[in-house]
Amino acid sequence: MTATLSAPPTVAAKPRPKSRFWAMFAMPGVGWLVAFFVVSVYAVMAVAFGTVDPVLRTAVPAWNPLQWDFTAMRAVLDRIFGGDLGTVFIRTVGFVAASLAGCILIGYPVAYFVARKASKHRGLLLILLVLPFWISYLMRMLAWTNLLQVDGMVNDILRFLHLQSEPRNWLDGSASTVIWGLVYGYVPFFILPLYSTLERIDGRLIEAGRDLGASAAQTFFRVTLPLSVPGLMAASVITILPMFGDYYTNTYLTSGSPKTEMIGNQIENYLLGTSQPQTGAALVLVLMAFLFVLMAYYLVVTIRQQRMAER
Amino acid sequence: MNPFRRKHGSARGLAMITWVYVLWSLLPVLVAVRISFNSGKSRSSFQAPSFRWYWGDPVSSVWHDDSLHTAMLNTLQLAALCMLIATPLGVAMAIGLHRWRGKVSNAANGLMLVPIVTPEIVFGVALFLVFTQMYTGVPSGMSRQLIGHITFTLSFVVVIVRGRLQAIGAQYEEAARDLGATRLQAIRLVLLPLLAPAIFASVMVVFATSVDDFVISSFLTTGASTDTVPVKIYSAARGSSTPAVNALATVMLVFTLLAVALAGLAMKRMNKKSGDAAAGAAGGLAGLSG
Repeated sequence: MTATLSAPPTVAAKPRPKSRFWAMFAMPGVGWLVAFFVVSVYAVMAVAFGTVDPVLRTAVPAWNPLQWDFTAMRAVLDRIFGGDLGTVFIRTVGFVAASLAGCILIGYPVAYFVARKASKHRGLLLILLVLPFWISYLMRMLAWTNLLQVDGMVNDILRFLHLQSEPRNWLDGSASTVIWGLVYGYVPFFILPLYSTLERIDGRLIEAGRDLGASAAQTFFRVTLPLSVPGLMAASVITILPMFGDYYTNTYLTSGSPKTEMIGNQIENYLLGTSQPQTGAALVLVLMAFLFVLMAYYLVVTIRQQRMAER
Repeated sequence: MNPFRRKHGSARGLAMITWVYVLWSLLPVLVAVRISFNSGKSRSSFQAPSFRWYWGDPVSSVWHDDSLHTAMLNTLQLAALCMLIATPLGVAMAIGLHRWRGKVSNAANGLMLVPIVTPEIVFGVALFLVFTQMYTGVPSGMSRQLIGHITFTLSFVVVIVRGRLQAIGAQYEEAARDLGATRLQAIRLVLLPLLAPAIFASVMVVFATSVDDFVISSFLTTGASTDTVPVKIYSAARGSSTPAVNALATVMLVFTLLAVALAGLAMKRMNKKSGDAAAGAAGGLAGLSG
């Protein structure tokens, strides 16, 4: 690069380090990501658009895009639009939407309180909010399978409160168990990004709202809430994306009941269960295409923030 | 802090919601820990306290059941190796991407962010397929799991370290260069010590992510000898399992919390200014560097 020569005089006094020097630092990591992330995602395409060995019934990936064969993908799309997979897809969207609503209803008040209202126990609350990050996700689900059994604590509490007369088996494949499980699993990831946005809102703006005669509620809906929208979006994206790929929460909490099957279960089953990797790979591509807008939104926002921080 | 606090009951209502949430989020885990000390076989009703499922039971306690402590050792070994490889790789990548300007660098930066938004199941399937169809030479089992964990955690390191690099700015390094340090000396003697808190935070996040990972480990496991603790907990749901699973999960929980607490203390000592290290690290984990 000729950056050194063309740089303005003030910078030229301290010669700018050569780009190649810094590129060398980044290269091992970039190479790693290309080899194991980019190539891996390409392998999914090669398998999805490949063929199946007629004798062994194993996948024959098509590495050359010119030889791509779209029959498997077409079959999968047919099953999504008006077939059995469509039901699974709709159920997945429903579960994720309901869980996201739960995350917002629980997560927003909590993040808001800790960021703006808590003064006494703020440090302690922050530690308690972060704690679930360090507890294994599956251990947290294990905890619920203990509580939700017929002789478990949830039934005891419901009976104590007279909300339920007969003990109920919560683990037999009810949608509400899965949705509560997803909310429980992902709400910590929702709260933290929202917290950091709410915490950074300039308090003077809120005071100005009050000084100009707005009630506390009006100030919240006209000032605080609009200013927290970027955090709300980031928090939503960061919980929606993994929820769409989740297949362990529902399997774990309903012992694999087909009534609560999500798209992730189908993918896992095609790859590990029935060894039809082609169908599984095609489903992964459909899922990625479906989530593309969310992923792109997150990337664009993050890159823009980075640029602003570096300016 | 807020002059309207007393007048309106809303703060009190919010406080209640928050504390109820905190209880709801943590109590079930404590119940699960308590059940690990159950003397009976039930995973829902507690009989009497005992260490049966830790070492008392001669067959299925964590100490005596081979598959359980194998899973624990696998998990810790994977996490340790992942930390040792992903951290330096990510730190170098962050430094490089931060300074290196140009189209290729922008593309590399974008590529680095994609794994953060990729659902884990896509990761699991992609790695599973690439190892079975292309990189067949990589020994199956733990080597593949390790590569998967490194690929998955690398971006977290880069994001956390880059956030710190942006905060530090270039002036310290420039001062070192003016005083006659070579570029590498400036990095080693000035930049790396300044980055230490971020590197520490990355190590913690890599450790926690690797220990917690279920999807990648599960897609790349070859059976009992390469199962990790989350895989073991998962498969326990199907079979008739005992509180030994709870004991296993509890041991791992204690390990993780101890490691995090120690790292947090060390970090606090290193950098007294930014006290709330755990929140910073977790914020980085959530992929928010902005």
